[in-house]
Amino acid sequence: MRAMLSLGAKAALTLFGLLLVTFLIARVVPIDPVLAVVGDRASSETYARVRAEMGLDRPVAVQFGRYVTMLAEGDLGQSALTRAKVADDIARFFPATLELATVATLIGLVLGIPAGVIAAARHNRWPDHALRLVSLFGYSVPVFWLGLMALLLFYADLGWAAGPGRLDPWLEDVVRPRSGLLLVDGVLAGNGTVVLSALRHLALPAAILGYYSLAYISRMTRSLMLEQLNQDYIAVARAKGLSETRVLWCHALGNVLVPLATVATLAYAQLLEGSVLTETVFAWPGIGRYITGSLLSLDMNAVMGGTLVVGAVFIFLNLLVEGLYGRLDPRLR
Amino acid sequence: MIPRRPLVLAAAFAVLQVAATIAVAEIPADVVVMAKQIDDIVSLDPAEAYEFSDEEAIANLYDHLLDYDPVHPEVIRGALAQSWSVAGDGLSYRVVLRPDARFASGRKVTAEDAAFSLRRIILLDMTPAFVLRQFGFTAENVAQRIRAENAATLVIDTTVKVAPSLLYYVLTSSIASVVDEAEAMAHAQDGDLGHRWLAFHSAGSGPYRLKTWRPGERYVLDAVPESWGGGAHNRQVIVLDVPEPATQRLLLMRGDADYARDLDKDQMAALSRDPAIVFDRALQAMQTYFALNQRNPFLRRPQVIEALKYLVDYDGIAKGLLGGTRVVHQSFVPDGILGADDGTPFHLDLARAKALLAEAGLGAGFDVTLDVTAGAPWLDIAQALQASFGQAGVRLSILPGDEKETLTKYRARRHDIYLGEWGSDYPDPHSNAQAFVTDDDMSDAAPLHTLAWRNSWQDANLARRVEEAEREGDIARRAILYRDIQRDHQHVAPFVLMFQDVAIAAHRRTIDGLVLGPSPDHTLYAGIEKRR
Repeated sequence: MRAMLSLGAKAALTLFGLLLVTFLIARVVPIDPVLAVVGDRASSETYARVRAEMGLDRPVAVQFGRYVTMLAEGDLGQSALTRAKVADDIARFFPATLELATVATLIGLVLGIPAGVIAAARHNRWPDHALRLVSLFGYSVPVFWLGLMALLLFYADLGWAAGPGRLDPWLEDVVRPRSGLLLVDGVLAGNGTVVLSALRHLALPAAILGYYSLAYISRMTRSLMLEQLNQDYIAVARAKGLSETRVLWCHALGNVLVPLATVATLAYAQLLEGSVLTETVFAWPGIGRYITGSLLSLDMNAVMGGTLVVGAVFIFLNLLVEGLYGRLDPRLR
Repeated sequence: MIPRRPLVLAAAFAVLQVAATIAVAEIPADVVVMAKQIDDIVSLDPAEAYEFSDEEAIANLYDHLLDYDPVHPEVIRGALAQSWSVAGDGLSYRVVLRPDARFASGRKVTAEDAAFSLRRIILLDMTPAFVLRQFGFTAENVAQRIRAENAATLVIDTTVKVAPSLLYYVLTSSIASVVDEAEAMAHAQDGDLGHRWLAFHSAGSGPYRLKTWRPGERYVLDAVPESWGGGAHNRQVIVLDVPEPATQRLLLMRGDADYARDLDKDQMAALSRDPAIVFDRALQAMQTYFALNQRNPFLRRPQVIEALKYLVDYDGIAKGLLGGTRVVHQSFVPDGILGADDGTPFHLDLARAKALLAEAGLGAGFDVTLDVTAGAPWLDIAQALQASFGQAGVRLSILPGDEKETLTKYRARRHDIYLGEWGSDYPDPHSNAQAFVTDDDMSDAAPLHTLAWRNSWQDANLARRVEEAEREGDIARRAILYRDIQRDHQHVAPFVLMFQDVAIAAHRRTIDGLVLGPSPDHTLYAGIEKRR
């Protein structure tokens, strides 16, 4: 119980610090937030009224205090740009990112871990060189460019993948949103057309982001595996006559699962922040575009709400991976 | 044991089914899909909307009282109004509404609805309110001054005598969109006159009703089946928020969008090789200019102002860098609006510019900064200016920033040179004359931060002539006055007007009927139709 309370206090303190830093950084951005609401043409009178309504005529400390009080009452406020409650906006934008990030991370894990293991097992031979090349490409090529090229090839030229957006536009609103995850909502509604359309639209951006996850996860897996393969217990396992498959996939891989869980969690968390460029190229209405757009207009409630969600996701995933350590490593139980 | 062959056959059949579904996924014949950047939409309430995309959506949801012909801008015609007149005192206007107009709700459009719509702009006091305030309306007097005399007659009593055409042109714009009062008031909360509800819903008499607006995603308009104006030629219009021009192009190429609305020069060049794609073009009341802050001691000198106007390669930029998305236009009233002047007295003339700079005592040149929005085409234009200025010794440092960042700096008058664009608030020459000429109050508390104010520039003679033109009752004489003002303004004002925007909509040959007006509030979807 005490441990739980301590964890909760730490999480709350972290979130508070995150909010404070975000708030202070936003104050030094040389953008007038009133402009985003009233535009460039409003009279001085209208401008002054809206500025006061937004609370910007008060000292910064008072503004922050008001926001924290509002937050304590469970209210994230209203977005100045979308005019909707920030909580509703996040409930709309975050599932789009969650769906994309989850599928991308799964691609990264399913392909990245075996690739890393094989590269380590074939150290300095062609599979290792090939993986290094693939990873290097993943690290160095701008995601914006890769996204556009993928769209050009697989969507425009070959017609294998669907285009930008989450769904064919005329299928929007066909199924009632329950989770906000179109694949889940389509399955729950028993609507195969929506599921298929959502899958087709998800494939390309998920593959692009999955490729970046793959590059990171496979490099880390390779490096961790190489370290393990030089250990004495591996030599003993081989001396005992265990098959190479068993040595690699059970003994060595089993011992890198703890750091690998951290690597995978970090990769997932990064994607959950929202990949602004990928979301822009694929017209994907995710949390990354929402936060960036809000930040560029200094829509403070939206920026703070989005930051809070991203922070909470990081904390949740960290707690999750800590919980996993015990299951993956008997010594930590 | 389960036999394998039937399973394999079933799996193959399922794959073929999926493939067939993929192949037939296309836009239904009566649905129109547009790819457009619409992240500027703040609200779809006509009392608040003042950006490009929201005005375009509103133009298809609501009807204005009056309309005008952009080819012959002096011709004002009725929309919801069937007649309009002004009393001899020049202050009292009567607008008689058509008897057959109906809202999407089925209710008749009345003069009370029109009065309610104009009054709420003043009462809600949002951005568009300044347009109506210039006629002397306030929250205190608007109930008496804008009223329905009977079900058909709207009375507007201004306190300020202006040219009648000025008020009429205002009534052709988005703020004269007539809202169904009963519908709006049925959803009013806390005395907001239906504002919160109307931000996401519609209550108009236009050919469409708003089905959905999801910020950052799309808006969807459903055609009103028995619209009084004859109805739309399509069932639904879906406008997707696609910020990236390259993505818009791909959507169009694959047939996943019927229209691409924000293509840049490169995307258009690529599409122009496709015989299935055609382009609709229309001049917009939007101009590209750079402004010289008169607080800068170099930029204040008249010879420098004139020299910089000779240091722009207008044709080279328009053709080479902008690829037809803008045309050269050097005066402040754009084509398509009364009083536009097509004269182009300036061209790149290095010798003349150098002579003028020498005359200003700046033969060795000077250093100056230029604030500009990062991204195409702004940075391209800025670099072209940097190159041509440099040939005369003017060392231009480009300061790129986010659009709102540069605008914040501009409005705070902390710039040297600002490169940007400006659009008319309503289709009357006074809109831009006020912006580019008048400002008698240069204090920080000035009621309007006009472009003249932002650049700390006053010219008493031109300001007086703008006031005269604002009041001129004869429309033909008014047009002449504005042309004369512009010809003098071109030479003395610290504004270098360079280009006028061309709206370009790329679409497949099998679809047609989009009306691209001179401004977003005259861009109409109802005529769009697909040919099989």
